[in-house]
Amino acid sequence: MKKVISGNQSVSHAVLAAKAQVIAAYPITPQSSIVEMLAGFCADGKLQAKFINVESEHSAMAACISASVTGARTFTATSSQGLALMHELLHYASGLRLPIVMANVNRALGSPFNLKADLSDSLSQRDTGWLQFYCESGQEVFDTIIQAYWISEQVLLPAMVNLEGFILSHTYEIVDVPEQREIDHFLPPSLPRDCLDVENPCLFGGTTDFYINFRYKMHEEMQRAKVVCQECDAHFQRAFGRSYGLIQPHRCEDADLILVTAGTLAGTCCVAADQYRERGVKVGVLRVRLFRPFPGEEICCALRNARKVAVIDRDFSPGCGGIFAQEIKSVLQGKDPLPVYEFIAGLGGKDVTDEDIGRVIDQTYQTPEPGGVTWIGLLK
Amino acid sequence: MKKRYSVKSLEEMPITAISFLTTEGNETGEWRSQRPVLDLEKCNRCGLCWMYCPDNAIRSEESSFQISYKYCKGCGICASECPKGAILIVKEKR
Repeated sequence: MKKVISGNQSVSHAVLAAKAQVIAAYPITPQSSIVEMLAGFCADGKLQAKFINVESEHSAMAACISASVTGARTFTATSSQGLALMHELLHYASGLRLPIVMANVNRALGSPFNLKADLSDSLSQRDTGWLQFYCESGQEVFDTIIQAYWISEQVLLPAMVNLEGFILSHTYEIVDVPEQREIDHFLPPSLPRDCLDVENPCLFGGTTDFYINFRYKMHEEMQRAKVVCQECDAHFQRAFGRSYGLIQPHRCEDADLILVTAGTLAGTCCVAADQYRERGVKVGVLRVRLFRPFPGEEICCALRNARKVAVIDRDFSPGCGGIFAQEIKSVLQGKDPLPVYEFIAGLGGKDVTDEDIGRVIDQTYQTPEPGGVTWIGLLK
Repeated sequence: MKKRYSVKSLEEMPITAISFLTTEGNETGEWRSQRPVLDLEKCNRCGLCWMYCPDNAIRSEESSFQISYKYCKGCGICASECPKGAILIVKEKR
């Protein structure tokens, strides 16, 4: 059924449809309305889940870990400082190989205090062993939550579904919410893990000399997750008629210049690219949807015909540059030299217009060699 | 006592670090560099050592207390709490 709902409500409806069994969360702007709605679903009896109110995000993740060890389908949502507070336990969740799904509503980290969109919060959690998806629309948010459960329960690794604060979380769009029986068919109930048995107590995650082996197995499964994501997407396409891929190219085939970005910036980039196409300038856009595991081969393949690449990051690593730009340069290493121009824009929710993207395109065309990072929208 | 893992290859590895033992399987006594020795002559059975031991390594027996060297890490809290000076800390020899 088609509904007009916000990005956050789209998350809540997806978690309802996925029949999460345990939800533990602590409120934080701009995430709060996700768990508010879920608490309502639980109170009304629409969702048969245990809703655990906790005193911090650290405890929220601890509760999700404990619930997930029993095989319960678990969910939490957070943003920014809340995600940072969870950091320690994010490693535990992946190390224990728990298929927890979390929605992170991207918000800038302080200081200065800021409530608006910035991908640096989740990208700071890059190395925690969580799958990371970056969404562009309310529909994709719904579908990615459902897919995330499917994928996580296959590879036994947790997944983080990211949507930008306010730009996506609080924008109302038409979202097609499938019938419950269709979701049930696509996403059967999760199986209890056979290791937790009160009659035969055991110790989870204790000291072991096999540490390096466990980490290797996790990495191996993370690599396999790319294939599983593609399988899931193909099943999803057959079931619901929609699919997203690991990356989303827009007019990349014959493009001289390809703009690479993530999240909602991609929509603005597509508008700008289409404007330049009308003038005969061959611009394409590549949106990276899956960040961990990083779809390096797919990206290289999509960029193979380009002569220049411009990466636009709504995030950055101080002293280095945009985080997506670093990853893109790393996967292009050793291939045919393809100049990568780096841009940082929209930090702290600063609006990025099609004119801003136009400046990125012009500068990339006019500059013979890439030289450092260009910041869009700085004071003169 | 079961060994935690006896796997020989990556294929045999369990998915997570699970040991089918309780924490009783962690013999923390191996960590000890000093050993508390209880002098039953001086001991007045007040039970303060038993109360203060952070590892539950002192057991209350019928008429006295016993230190379990399997779990005692040798922190020395029992010795410093004992009002009778009945617990002596000596260097651990292995």
